[in-house]
Parts: sequence; C-alpha cells; structure tokens
Amino acid sequence: MNTSTSTFVRTEMLPQQAPPITESGAVKWLRENLFSSVLNTILTILGIAAVAYLVIHIAPWLSRSVWNANSLSECRQIIAERYGEGVTGACWAVIRERWPQYLFGFYPSHLYWRPVLAFVLLCVAVAPVLFDKLPRKMLWFSLIYPAVGFWLLWGGSVWVPVMALAGFAIGYAAAKIVKPIAGTILATIAAVLAPVLWWLFLAGPAAEALQSILPIALQSVRSREFGGFVLAFTIGFTGIAFSLPLGVMLALGRQSDMFIVNKLSVGFIEFIRGVPLITLLFTASLLLNYFLPPGTDFDIILRVIIMVVLFAAAYIAEVVRGGLAALPRGQYEAADALGLDYWKAQRLIIMPQALKISIPGIVSTFIGLFKDTTLVVFVGLLDPLKGITDAVRASTDWKGIYWEPYIFVGTIFFVFCFAMSRYSMYLEGKLKTDHR
Amino acid sequence: MNKSVFLGTLAATTLLAGAALAQGTSTLETVKARGELNCGVNTGLVGFAAPDASGAWQGFDVALCKAVAGAIFGDASKVVYIPTTSSDRFEQLTSGKIDFLIRNTTWTFSRDTDLKMDFVGVNYYDGQGFMVRTDLGVSSAKELNGATICIQTGTTTELNLADYFKANNMTYTAVPIETNAEGEQQYLAGACDAYTTDASGLAATRAAFADPENHVILPEIISKEPLGPAVRHGDSAWGDVIRWTMNALIAAEEFGITSANIDELATSSQNPEVQRLLGTSDNLGAMIGLDPEWAKNAIKAGGNYGEIFAATIGESTPIGLARGLNAQWTQGGLLYTPPFR
Repeated sequence: MNTSTSTFVRTEMLPQQAPPITESGAVKWLRENLFSSVLNTILTILGIAAVAYLVIHIAPWLSRSVWNANSLSECRQIIAERYGEGVTGACWAVIRERWPQYLFGFYPSHLYWRPVLAFVLLCVAVAPVLFDKLPRKMLWFSLIYPAVGFWLLWGGSVWVPVMALAGFAIGYAAAKIVKPIAGTILATIAAVLAPVLWWLFLAGPAAEALQSILPIALQSVRSREFGGFVLAFTIGFTGIAFSLPLGVMLALGRQSDMFIVNKLSVGFIEFIRGVPLITLLFTASLLLNYFLPPGTDFDIILRVIIMVVLFAAAYIAEVVRGGLAALPRGQYEAADALGLDYWKAQRLIIMPQALKISIPGIVSTFIGLFKDTTLVVFVGLLDPLKGITDAVRASTDWKGIYWEPYIFVGTIFFVFCFAMSRYSMYLEGKLKTDHR
Repeated sequence: MNKSVFLGTLAATTLLAGAALAQGTSTLETVKARGELNCGVNTGLVGFAAPDASGAWQGFDVALCKAVAGAIFGDASKVVYIPTTSSDRFEQLTSGKIDFLIRNTTWTFSRDTDLKMDFVGVNYYDGQGFMVRTDLGVSSAKELNGATICIQTGTTTELNLADYFKANNMTYTAVPIETNAEGEQQYLAGACDAYTTDASGLAATRAAFADPENHVILPEIISKEPLGPAVRHGDSAWGDVIRWTMNALIAAEEFGITSANIDELATSSQNPEVQRLLGTSDNLGAMIGLDPEWAKNAIKAGGNYGEIFAATIGESTPIGLARGLNAQWTQGGLLYTPPFR
C-alpha cells in the first residue's frame, strides 16, 4: 500500500478565506440590523420611504435658499430668476434682516453688548457648577452672578442689586450675632427676618442714598423692551436656577413628618401640577392687577418668572421624591446610626444619591421649562417663536412668510435643549458608581 | 433674574403704590406728568401696527398714537407702544397699563357699555369679506353654499359668518384656525375653499401671496366693523383729546392741510376754520388742556388722515386698500368731522 500517494491528506494549509459576504462588513450589519426578519424588512422599507419622502420634498426647497433680499416678494423674484417660474424656495433673508429682533426683541440696539456680556458671564458663572474640575473659588462669582446679570439686563443704579445682595450678608451677620446670645432657633429666625426687613424698608432708601453719593448707573431698560431669546433665556435660566432648590425643599417637605409642612407641600405640588401653565401666566398678568393697588407697576417679567419657578418646582419636587423613594431604607438608617442630624444626613448621604438618580427627570423638566418660555406670548410678551415672528410677519415686507422663522427659532432651541440633554448624560456617566 | 429682582421690584412696587395717582385723576394729567403716552397697539397687523427692522413701530393705528403724542407733547416720538393681544387688550386698558387702545377694535354695543370702554370715534370702517381661488368659479358669497371656510376662532367674524349663512339659508363647514398666518397656510394648502376675515386683512393677505392673480376677494361685505380708539369709561376729558386729535387729522384732509404746506397755511391761510384749527386764531387747545398749536403738531406727526392712509395701507402700498367708506364725506365716504369752533 502506497501511503505516500494518499490524496486525502492536505500537506499545506489553505489560505484563509474572506468570510462569506453575508457575514461581514456592511452587508452583515444591514442583515442584522435592518432586514433580520420580514417585519423588520417591511419597517425598514417604510422608514426609508418616509425619510426619502421628506428629503425629496424639503431638500429642493432648502437648496433654493435666498439670503440677500429685502422682502418676500424680492425673494420670490430672485428664486424665479434663478430656478425658473413656479418653484418655491427658502427665504432666509428674513432671518438675515431681523435676527437682532429674534435675539434681543426691542432691546435698545446700542445696548446689545449688555445681554451679550450677561450671557458670557452666565457661562462663566454656570461653568463651576457644571464641571467640578474648575477652581471652586469661581463659585463665589456664581453666587453674585444673579445681581450682576440683573444689573446688566435691566440697568439702573448699581446700588439696587448691591443692596439686595447686602440683605444676604445682613442675614448671615444676624445669625452670627444672635446665635451665641439666644440659641439656634432664634438665630435662624433672625437670619430670615433681618434680611426681609432690610429688603422691605431699608434697601430702597439705602440704594437711593448711595446713588446720590456715588452715582454709578447703567441706562435702564424696561421689561417691555425685552423680547426674543433674551426673554426666553432670562425666564428659562432664572426658572431653572430657582426651581431646583425650591423643588428639593418641596420634595423634602412632602416626605416630612411635620403635619403642616407636609400638607402645605402636598397641597402646593398637587395644585400647581393640576393647573396648566397658561392659567398661571394669565393669573400673573391679568388677575393680579385686580388685587394690587391701582397704578402698581409689578414687573411683568418678574411675575412670569415667579409663576414659571413655582410651576417647575412642583414637577422637580415629584422627580426628586422619586429619587428619594428609590433609596434603600438602610441609607437613612446608616445616616442616623452615624449620629448625623437631619440636615447633615440630607446633605451628605441622602441628597447626593437621590439627586443622582433623579438627573434624567430633572433635566427633562428643565428642558420642558425652557421650551415653555414660549408660552409667555399669551400674556403679551414677545417670545421668539410666535411673538417676534408675528411682529415680523406683520410688516408688509415679510407678510406671508411661514416656515423660515419657525425653523430658525426651532434650531436655536434644539441646540440648547440638546446641550442640556448631553450634559445630563455626561453627568450620569461621571457619577456612575455601581458596577453593573 | 433672582431674588434681587424680586426684592428690588417689591421695593419699587411699594414706593410706586404709595405714590400712585389715585383713580379719578384725569388721564391727561397723568400722561403729561409721565412725559410719555402709553399706546396699546396690535402685536402685529400688516399696515396697522408692526415694528420695522429697527424696532420702530409703523402703521395706520400707530400713526394715531404719534398724532396724539404730537398734540400733547409737541413731540411725536414720546410714545411707548404696548403690544396687546385680542384677549388681554381690554384688561390692559381698564387696569391702566395703557392710556388708550388703538388696536383694530370693533366698536360694538357690549364693548361700549358692558366692558366700560368709551369708543371715541372710528378711524377705519372695515367689514368682513371672503377670499376664494379664482378657479373655484365663484363670483358671489351667495354661491358659497356647502363650502368649507377657514375662520379664526373666538372672534366676531366667526359669529358674523354664522349669522350670514343662516340668514341666506346656506350651510358651511368651518375649519377653525388660530392666527392669520395659520389661516393663510391652510387656505393655500387647500384645506378650505374660502378664507374669511376683515376685508383689510384679506387684501393684505392676498397681496402677500406668490400668485395673487389666482385669488379673488368676493364683493360681499357681510358685517360692519367700525374700528376705532377706545378709552376708559368716565374720563371724558381724555376721551376729548383723542377724539379731537383724530378729528383734526380728518379735518386737515378736508381743508387740504398736508404736512408739506402746514407751516405755510398756518401763517397765510384766510380760512377762519383752518386758522382756528392750526391755532393761528382763537385758542381751541386751551379748551382741552393742550397747547394752541396742538392740532398743528398732531398733523405734523404723520400728515393728515389721507396722507397716513396713503402711506400705510393705501393703494400705493403692497396692501393696496381703496379709500371706499374711509373717504371724506365730500368724496362719498363716511369721514365727517364736526366743526372746529
């Protein structure tokens, strides 16, 4: 038997072959992700058809954009000249001409630097809150930013915001002085009462007196001159900044064993959540006029901000309560076992965990709040989406324009909401301590 | 912005409330003391009130604000324009946020009496009409039986429409819309056969279409919409200022006083009524608490009624409204001012 001639044993390795085309590269990905079953194939085709339909209808319109024109009719004329009669195109010239109004409303044009500076400083103030790698000393600026921002936006005497800030210092001083004499509870009361009395009776005259000694003032800008994104940002960011602490307090109040605190919190949360925001805005703008003395000029933006803060706080409270409820009982008991008092336990153990759990919900509420700022159009404020757009459309030049302003405003809102959403995902990732 | 805003405002509020003028003081005194006129205008209506690219308000209604400011201060720029919506305009007036309302507001019985307004005149006679596509082949509103009609909800036009179709024993399907811009889109997209609103609005809307020649405004005007300025009930002195400023603009057109020849006429005119109007002889201004040259300043602000009309909504503008009912009584219109004597 001649084994050496056996043809059944290969003596050399075959070169490695490429995997079958259906098991590699794009085809594999397509098969697995888009055409893995009959149902998926149908859905894929429907999805592609829908996207294609949209692109076919929108892309030509977008591709025929006109940026330089002085009126809608001029836009149409240019489109007809370039692309022939009977086609439509986007007329972005309206944005080009009116973007200052979209950004600043009727804010005096020579003062545009002030909202811009306020926005830049806002970023500086918010940065140390958002990113803990930045120096902690920057937080001092964050604390005084509200006064700085207010002064830049509204102008007037610098002493008004300074005296308002002084109230906090007075509260702190009052607590320090009273505590050694009369104990903690009276110190707390003094810390609340002293600034309130200061703000109500002394801050105004003090600011006036200081102004007459050392006049430092910016040209004041009235609230009705606010509009567009300056208005949306003012309301949105103030609402966000104040609704979170208020919401946390309400959530704690709802969890509290103290009867009155608990019932007040529950009542507040359920009432505010049960009423549409527009109702609250109408209350702020119209109903309040009947209760205030005639001639009272209670700033409309301030009223709207108060309502927006209350509204968002009620939602935040419920989101945070969800976070609190998700914490195991053991965490509370551990805090007690360490001998921490209520506030220390909340600050060091409970809240860090509860807030971490609540991040997605809180950010959703913030995004909702920011977008809801457009509802102020119903109380006669010029929000960017409808207030300014209607004003623009009411000029004879731009009457008849429809989609372009919406797309422009929508894009800006998207950029900010998307940024908030991304930040919340970053924060979740950073704070992730479990090992799932 | 923060607590400081709140407290600052609270403090300001307390001060203002203390210093607030008690109700009953004449609005004219308040306005003079303030140095500015708070004029309630539309948030934006083509030709009547709209801010331009630099934020300056322009339009037919706005021109009356300027004229009143001219009459009071001799300076047409001393106006603060407060945009009002159709839902909050009357509240703004009754609560004193605005001194007078000039916002395409129809003078009706219930508004004049029940809502405690005083309408001091009519600056534009409007009426509700219909617009249809030419290819619909309709030439009269009477042929609209069974049509779908785009209509703004919660307006007098909605009620007028129902009345008209009922009176003519016709039926229609309403497509409710919220704003004029939305109505245009619905109409252009073919969601309704006809679009109805005030005739001035229809003309402006049609002018803004890419193909105005394919749309026609039907001849029927189905309602009376006298639009005019309103003041608070019970302040007749202030109402007189607004009424006679408006009358001065109308009279100026009647007497041929324009912004171009007003200075010349003030010195050279031999017509005694022109002399009285322009303050050359007599002092009519003193009778309503204004300067002798009040009417002259009001007319200088934007010209006489005809000039304002031509510049904002007239036939040379894209809106292209004819004078129609808004012509002088001598031209077959309804503008007829009582004598200045």
